Amino acid sequence: MKDTGAPEKRRSNTYAAGYVLALLLTAIPFGLAATNLVPRATALAIIAIAAILQILVHLRYFLHLRLRATAPERILALAFAGILILIMIGGSLWIMFDLHHRMWI
Amino acid sequence: MRLATGAASLLPEPEAYEQRALGFWLYLMSDAIIFALLFATYLVMVDNTAGGPGGQSLFHLAHTFGETLLLLTSSLTFGLASLALDAGSRSKVIAWLAVTFLFGLGFLAMELFEFRDMLAVGAGPQRSGFLSAFFTLVGTHGLHVSAGLLFILVMICQVAVKGLAAPVASRLLRLGFFWHFLDIVWIGIFSVVYLPALL
Amino acid sequence: MLGRLSTDALPFYSWVALSGAVITVVTFIAVIGLITRFGKWGYLWREWLTSLDHKRIGIMYVLLALVMLLRGFVDAAMMRAQQAVAHNSDGYLPPEHFDQIFSSHGTIMVFFMAMPFLTGLINIIMPQQIGARDVAFPFLNSASLGLTAAGAGLVLISLVIGRFSTAGWTGYPPYSGVTTNPGVGVDYWIWAIQLSGIGTTLSGINFIVTILKRRAPGMTLLRMPLFCWTTLASSTLMIFAFPALTVATALLALDRVFGMHFFTNADGGNLMNYINLFWIWGHPEVYILILPAFGIYSQVVANFSAKSLFGYKSLVFATMAIALLSFTVWLHHFFTMGASANVNAFFGIATMVIAVPTGVKVFDWLLTMFRGRITFHPAMLWTLGFIVTFVIGGMTGVLLALPPADYLMHNSTFLVAHFHNMLIPGALFGYLAGYMYWFPKAFGFTLDQRWGKRAFWCWIIGFYLAFMPLYALGFMGMARRMEHYEIAAWQPFLVTAALGATVIAIGLACLAIQLLVSIRNRANNRDLTGDPWDGRTLEWLTTSPPAPYNFALIPHVHHFDAFHEMKLRGVAYTRPTRYEDILLPRNTGAGVVLGGFAFIFGFAVVWHIWWAAIAALVGILVTVIARSFCDRIEFLVPASEIEEIENRRFLNLSKGNAL
Repeated sequence: MKDTGAPEKRRSNTYAAGYVLALLLTAIPFGLAATNLVPRATALAIIAIAAILQILVHLRYFLHLRLRATAPERILALAFAGILILIMIGGSLWIMFDLHHRMWI
Repeated sequence: MRLATGAASLLPEPEAYEQRALGFWLYLMSDAIIFALLFATYLVMVDNTAGGPGGQSLFHLAHTFGETLLLLTSSLTFGLASLALDAGSRSKVIAWLAVTFLFGLGFLAMELFEFRDMLAVGAGPQRSGFLSAFFTLVGTHGLHVSAGLLFILVMICQVAVKGLAAPVASRLLRLGFFWHFLDIVWIGIFSVVYLPALL
Repeated sequence: MLGRLSTDALPFYSWVALSGAVITVVTFIAVIGLITRFGKWGYLWREWLTSLDHKRIGIMYVLLALVMLLRGFVDAAMMRAQQAVAHNSDGYLPPEHFDQIFSSHGTIMVFFMAMPFLTGLINIIMPQQIGARDVAFPFLNSASLGLTAAGAGLVLISLVIGRFSTAGWTGYPPYSGVTTNPGVGVDYWIWAIQLSGIGTTLSGINFIVTILKRRAPGMTLLRMPLFCWTTLASSTLMIFAFPALTVATALLALDRVFGMHFFTNADGGNLMNYINLFWIWGHPEVYILILPAFGIYSQVVANFSAKSLFGYKSLVFATMAIALLSFTVWLHHFFTMGASANVNAFFGIATMVIAVPTGVKVFDWLLTMFRGRITFHPAMLWTLGFIVTFVIGGMTGVLLALPPADYLMHNSTFLVAHFHNMLIPGALFGYLAGYMYWFPKAFGFTLDQRWGKRAFWCWIIGFYLAFMPLYALGFMGMARRMEHYEIAAWQPFLVTAALGATVIAIGLACLAIQLLVSIRNRANNRDLTGDPWDGRTLEWLTTSPPAPYNFALIPHVHHFDAFHEMKLRGVAYTRPTRYEDILLPRNTGAGVVLGGFAFIFGFAVVWHIWWAAIAALVGILVTVIARSFCDRIEFLVPASEIEEIENRRFLNLSKGNAL
């Protein structure tokens, strides 16, 4: 698998490291939901951050994305998709909640 | 076209596999947009329970945690299959693919049990806008996992029949993209659907 | 057993619908009969339907587009005729039928005329322009065509069995919901665009990978012809925007079939979200249609001005800017939905911003012509007609981008005039320019220029006659999609518009005559050199029609006018000392089979014939899996055979005085 760009030896460790990190980043948000230790708003923020971090962990350790080594088209496509996801989700929520607000829902 | 007949058939050149990897990657980006819009729709409709049950009473933290562990572990075992592929060990590839299949099947079974329990208390997708959005978002992910399971089965057959030749290895690489991608979508689902409802 | 399907599905509700059905069936039988009569089934199957050659797939796409153009135009003409006579009368179309016609007109023109037309042109030309032998995924290409054709088939069969949607080409709920629209019409609409949408997404992936990975050596991205750049932008939009349409229509289908509540009035549905999702796709779609046409204009204007394209880089950046910005303006399609001033203002301003890169392009084209040696080939006429007309449409667009003004004109015929003013010159004229420009490349002989010019003049005069009155009618308060009306002052305008449609009909006839005359005179119009217009880009280096492998020797590129530069250096037609074997994709019928199963699946879901739907789905899965077991998907063309073909080419080149 040439296009992952990672040397063979290093790859074998990435799955284990990724798995441990992902477990950790799963345990934190589930722990928060189980214990209700922190206020809801803080908990939501932590869940969001943990989710983003875990996505990055999956991209790096399981999908072996490297900013320099991976084919630039794939990074570019991912970045473009990321921007569009932000525009589409952000825009939809902005538009729809603005409507909710004006309709007193 | 006289050319199309008679001539010997050949395997594609190595660059072809790189192109397929990129093409599949682009498909995943397109699929990611589908999920993004289902997430947006879910968030728009999450409070539209129409007097029916909400997530708080329907979701169970332990159940979701179990599903998460199964899917995450299946990503690890798929990684081990990829390593076995690099090492050129046909039997190990088949074994790890089979393990991945079982974890995936376990995940799917848990999801179906959850759906069954919800239907049993009258919380089906027809009950409210919220439940329509929930079943569609989570169900679309479940359908993808089912497709992934079928894909794994096909690849087990191909590895068994054809060995680890270049075309098969390239398909395994793409199956890996798909399987890890589904795990990423699941991170979104438990972080957006389940946990906020249970806080 | 047959779900909702019964003899009631036959169109006995109006004589117009019945004659439409009869004409469709008779034409279908006639085509089948003619193919059988001349014993062409084997030829059709071997050389066309199973072919994975990008040029042949492209030609089939364009053929589909032209057939659907005819069908879509008949719809348009019927609407114009109805509105011309329906002052204080019912006209000749019952409301139910009129509603089907405007729905199918929009659906056909966007999904089954414009999309296949541009996909076909890209297929034929883009690989040649980048010096490639085929697209990256030839089989996927054939599957895309199968899916698009399956969608088109669903629209066509809805004329005969059942009815088409009455909910417009946008299918807004709650009207398209199952309570107000329980019949099969909306389902036909949903599944037709769902199938073709999948095909489009796959085409987009195919084109992007082809452009990124299959360029000839030396062809850096900034040496690609502009048509390839616009293809890249348009394909990017296909794979990132079409998911929104898939989601919107899939959720609508879930509402209709399974009684869910995404867009219903009751039980927590939110119908505004449909409109939101639909236009997240809908606005980029406009640019999916227009950008390839911009690419064609850029090629044509440089070629027939005998100059390099002015401001190449600014055109590239403008194209890519439009591609990104097109995702930030979707709310301007529903300013009146009730969003607050902040939201409307944001999207209004974003809409005006997108006019800037488009303006850049117009100036680049004008400056390309400046001091050029202009040849008034029909393709150039379409381009000139486009520039003038499109600017008018752009200005009415900026007018509509102002939310307060939009409140007055929303859903009036002003809007109808505006978007036809964008899409007819902006997309269709471009495709027709491409058709006349590249026809010799596809078939080996040029199209008759006199009839091409006549077609152009009929189209452009007909266009102004048909749509300028609609701007005025919009100001006079006429809403779109009216089956009849009581205001006498409207009628003269509507009669003028109907006259315009008649002139366009003559334009269509000219196109048909042009094709027939050119085929008759093909011996005199033969393009021996493969370069009939003194072209500047690589597609003119190949023979007309090109050999299956396009280039015996992949050219090296040093300039964005690659072929022009090669001719200047005198190396365009150097004869290689020896040829090498070439790999090409083998024919396969799997694409046709997939399309067939997809059609059965769509038809079965529309009529709730669930066993057939499941069977078709299994068929699709089995076909895909079986195909995945085929590894030897290419065949070798031996060097000796290539030498033979190339020797013929050099003979023709010397006959055509190119050497």
